[in-house]
Amino acid sequence: MNRIDRRFDEVLSRGRTALVPFVTAGDPLPQATVAVMHALVEAGADLIELGVPFSDPMADGPVIQHADERALRRHVGIADILGWVREFRERDTDTPIVLMGYLNPIETHGIECFACEAVAAGVDGALVVDCPIEEGATLQPLRDAGLRRILLVAPTTSDARLAHAIEAGEGYLYYVSFAGITGAARLSAVDIAQRVSGLRARARVPVAVGFGIKDAEGAKAVAAFSDAVVIGSALVEALAGAATHDDACRRAREFLAPIRAALGED
Amino acid sequence: MASDAEDFGSQMKDIDYHAFPDQHGRFGAYGGTFVAETLIAPLEELTEAYTRLRDDPDFQREFDDDLKHYVGRPSPIYHARRLSERIGGAQILLKREDLNHTGAHKINNTVGQALVARAMGKRRIIAETGAGQHGVATATVCARFGMQCVVYMGAVDIERQKINVHRMKLLGAEVVPVTSGSRTLKDALNEALRDWVTNVAGTFYIIGTVAGPHPYPMMVRDFNAVVGREARAQMLERYGRLPDVLTACVGGGSNAIGLFHAFLNDREVRIVGAEAAGEGLASGRHAASLAAGRPGVLHGNRTYVLCDDDGQIVETHSLSAGLDYPGVGPEHAFLKDSGRAEYVGVSDDEALAAFHLLCETEGILPALESSHAVAQAIKLARGMPEDGLILCNLSGRGDKDVHTIAQREGLPL
Repeated sequence: MNRIDRRFDEVLSRGRTALVPFVTAGDPLPQATVAVMHALVEAGADLIELGVPFSDPMADGPVIQHADERALRRHVGIADILGWVREFRERDTDTPIVLMGYLNPIETHGIECFACEAVAAGVDGALVVDCPIEEGATLQPLRDAGLRRILLVAPTTSDARLAHAIEAGEGYLYYVSFAGITGAARLSAVDIAQRVSGLRARARVPVAVGFGIKDAEGAKAVAAFSDAVVIGSALVEALAGAATHDDACRRAREFLAPIRAALGED
Repeated sequence: MASDAEDFGSQMKDIDYHAFPDQHGRFGAYGGTFVAETLIAPLEELTEAYTRLRDDPDFQREFDDDLKHYVGRPSPIYHARRLSERIGGAQILLKREDLNHTGAHKINNTVGQALVARAMGKRRIIAETGAGQHGVATATVCARFGMQCVVYMGAVDIERQKINVHRMKLLGAEVVPVTSGSRTLKDALNEALRDWVTNVAGTFYIIGTVAGPHPYPMMVRDFNAVVGREARAQMLERYGRLPDVLTACVGGGSNAIGLFHAFLNDREVRIVGAEAAGEGLASGRHAASLAAGRPGVLHGNRTYVLCDDDGQIVETHSLSAGLDYPGVGPEHAFLKDSGRAEYVGVSDDEALAAFHLLCETEGILPALESSHAVAQAIKLARGMPEDGLILCNLSGRGDKDVHTIAQREGLPL
């Protein structure tokens, strides 16, 4: 059984909401990524989304773009990232890892090659931001290798496409809480609660909500109607500027622990 | 390589080049809609609206009327006799898009898209610009239609195109400097996409080239295809035959596809696109996506891109800001693979030499972008007989580049 499916079974059967932090691989310090991942798990992460840096992350906001730029200045590539996942798996064989990124680095690496290496390293799913359902055939090798294909759903997604996403989505559906880029400032829990509830009623997999959740209060509001809460930009911003490995881990724990507490411990 | 292209080309010889893109926005293996979910709905809305307007005679009549009375079309074809004599070879004919209102072909597209925006009830227009020509063309139509205009422009480009920045401001546009990434056209495009996805309800994004997700490559081509339709009729009327060769510069590729499209099914017409080879293809400092890049995905479409071995888009270089882009329209990628068109690199120095030669022999000051096409026409003319005809798209005028050229040649202004 895929780790993503197993983890959601565990979390949801205990009536909890999963906590999903996103960090950009290689930021703020390449040598700190594995330690930061462990720190996030210690602070209550149920699943980790690891961003694969891209030079032109057009669906992300400035916070994640700058993180990508910092990582790329240190020449962080797919081989490094898969190496970190392998290293993470030496101590943690349970926490699911989803790689989130853009198509061009993956295709340039070779999509079949990437799929096999990612599975071997211990990656469980992939969210390719600029590959919507219509271009899904492109990502078939990822599914063939056993990776879960995570799909985005937006408030603007039409009913016809929603049905298609519900059919094709694996692992979890990532509901973009408003039509915007990552890290933007607007979030109205009331507005999206109804849509997410409707989606959860129809979906075959859990529904995670992300984009615009910054703190414990926002996370708690979203947790009331979702299966998982994704926190990206605010965490990336908290990590930015960490001078040392230990500093980065401390920041990760201090950021995530209050959110975990707000969502309820085990 | 050449023989592979010829084999592929011979398989494609029955193809109707006017039948692209397909309903998914694909030109063979290229094009498509590679965007985040949040952009799908606005793109579907645009595709639906444009598909309807494309076949609407009232819309087309209004577009044609604006091209005639506002843009100043048709633009003439001018026989550059003294240039041709100086070169000694085929006759070089110039399609004078530089004579359009605002001084370049870009206005054809912005007039068209502004009409689409108006039909869709969108009053806020955003655009990205490199050289500033598309920004100026967008600001111009916004003033004409009374729409709000926000132009994203890389900080590096703002510095090297000060006159166009000021022109946009005079026309009432807000120019937003983009300081991320390489601070050039590709970053301005990223920023404009972000604005669109955040403010989609009342905002229309006027993309300035034949790149981006479907339907942009098709729509921008359709609006620029007037260039080739006119040119084809003008050639038949004045010379009684089609040209032997077409040349145009290719950055994103809108002026090139505008000229090429009407001739794609005329197999006897050779088609050559001139990309920016910058300091030379071997130097790595260039913007020749087709001549030196590889297939990839950038800005919503599958096309040739300039990227490193990690798939990261690389910074490009060209003396002309308008060609300084690491991708290219997907239709050009398709034409390259099918063998229907050739794409070659023209260096900064070659473009500059062509710029001076055209100034001196014809009293025409071409844009640095267009100078690449002139340079390619000159190269080809030398190997052709005197009764040969080369039709070169003079896509824009060079007034905006005077400062850049003076600086490069060490002349104080």
